[in-house]
Amino acid sequence: MSGATVGHAVRLGLRRGWTEFVQSVRSSQDQWFYLFTAALVVGYLWIRRDADTGTDLPFAAFALPSLLGGLIAFGVVIGPAYQLAMEREDGTLLRHRAIPGGIVGYVTGCLLVNTLSVLPQLLAVLVPSFLLFDGLMAEPSGWLTVAWVVLLSLLAMMPIGMVIGSLVPGVQKVGMWGMLPIMALAGISGIFYPIQQLWGWVQVVAQVFPMYWAGLGMRSAFLPDGAAAAEIGGSWRTWETVAVLGGWAVVGVLVTPVVLRRMSRRQTGSEVAAAREATMQWVK
Amino acid sequence: MTAAQPVVQVRDLRMAYGDNLVLDGVEFDIRAGEVLCLLGPNGAGKTTTIEILEGFRTRSEGEVSVLGEDPAQAGESWRARTGVVLQSWRDHPRWTPRRLLSLLGGYYAPYSTETVTRPWDLEELIDLVGLGEIADRRISTFSGGQRRRLDVAMGIVGRPELLFLDEPTAGFDPQARREFHEIVHRLADLDGTTILLTTHDLAEAEKLADRVVVLAGGRIVADDSADALARRVSGEAQVTWTRDGERFVHATAEPNDFVRALLAEEAAGAGEVLDLEVRRANLEDAYLALVNQHESGAAAAAAVEFAEVAR
Repeated sequence: MSGATVGHAVRLGLRRGWTEFVQSVRSSQDQWFYLFTAALVVGYLWIRRDADTGTDLPFAAFALPSLLGGLIAFGVVIGPAYQLAMEREDGTLLRHRAIPGGIVGYVTGCLLVNTLSVLPQLLAVLVPSFLLFDGLMAEPSGWLTVAWVVLLSLLAMMPIGMVIGSLVPGVQKVGMWGMLPIMALAGISGIFYPIQQLWGWVQVVAQVFPMYWAGLGMRSAFLPDGAAAAEIGGSWRTWETVAVLGGWAVVGVLVTPVVLRRMSRRQTGSEVAAAREATMQWVK
Repeated sequence: MTAAQPVVQVRDLRMAYGDNLVLDGVEFDIRAGEVLCLLGPNGAGKTTTIEILEGFRTRSEGEVSVLGEDPAQAGESWRARTGVVLQSWRDHPRWTPRRLLSLLGGYYAPYSTETVTRPWDLEELIDLVGLGEIADRRISTFSGGQRRRLDVAMGIVGRPELLFLDEPTAGFDPQARREFHEIVHRLADLDGTTILLTTHDLAEAEKLADRVVVLAGGRIVADDSADALARRVSGEAQVTWTRDGERFVHATAEPNDFVRALLAEEAAGAGEVLDLEVRRANLEDAYLALVNQHESGAAAAAAVEFAEVAR
């Protein structure tokens, strides 16, 4: 493909992603999903609003940034993983394979819609939180930090979701290969309680993955500078955050196209037909 | 590419999965503007063949040329000249046909030529496949028949020179099947699109195809127009009768003469002829026998037998 035709396919992909996003926020199914996850987060903050945090901060202010980090990680990994696995099975991807430039457009659309979907997810949590609790954002300049942390987290973690979605044998297996590891990772990444409460080696493992850094970055955005004392090394470790998230992003940019290409080459009508048969046959 | 060169040329095509040989020396051509049907029982290798020609599957051996290129290596501009009709299932539920066709058609725009304007004009396309009334409805609300029409529209939106349809009417009700046949006829007439379709339904092959290639056990066992195939198979008739409690069977190309002679023998006092029956084997019988044998596991024997009958 020449540069011009790639550009053309990318533009059509952006149009696809935007259309999918508009259709998603207009669908009651997706609206319920956003509200449901938001209700879980806000409900948790509300129920534990008087809990002792060991700092001067109220519980909601203390816990919200980490939860946002976890929520973003969850959304940008599981979202694309499910989308890819599903659209491999239902033939969406195969349709694009049969079209000139289709796969480029498809992947572009997939990236855009999953990026945009973070916005309603964040809004659904932030709006009620700011109405219910005080002192969530220490400094207004923190919003700038929120922006780059979210963006870098997307770049670091969305490729992971796409790789999972490309490699799982079927939609039914996303739970096993996507959900389960993410849940386990959330448990050790300082999302629900400070990471220092865990064994040393678990802390090391957690810090290899991007979720911990997404949470840390969010805390650095929302919390006052003094709260950094409670982190590992007594600092927000901003450079380390950029380095780890950026490193995952680079790996993602290198690995994902290879995995996607291999996966799309395997797409055939008979594979889609087999997947269709398989969904009708749950017990094997 | 000269006008005389076939659109599709397949020579000694072989496909093996491990030790399992699913295509064994398949050869056929498709000429420009022809509607060719690959007919065969399930598991005969039809889908594998069409997927190799679509460029979706890599063959083990043999030569394949589609629109002058090897589909395994062909690029995006080759892709733009082909169309694949896929069976939609539950994809794009939130889209409307107009939105989806406009988007998918957009990919073909850079591949317009002086002779072929790509993509198809949206309104014209929607009319052609009969989606006018529902072009702005969500696809998730569509019936099976409506989805199929959308499938066809998605397959031809780029004005393909060669269109692939794999088992296009599998799971159709009779009404949807009929509508679908009409669309295929319209396409074939319209601008001489070359069409390759697969089916396991003989009646469908007879209705749609200029030429039928019968595939069984990974080999081609017949290749001709449906009419010619029918004539060849029905070359011999079977005469059965009983006489003196004994049953007789005789195959003959001239059943009239044979029966006349038989009754003349009776008149001459050779014993009464009872249960006289003359049956001309037809294509349907021969094909059904092929399918039955194929499904009972005797694929190779079935193929040989059918090739014998249709020779």
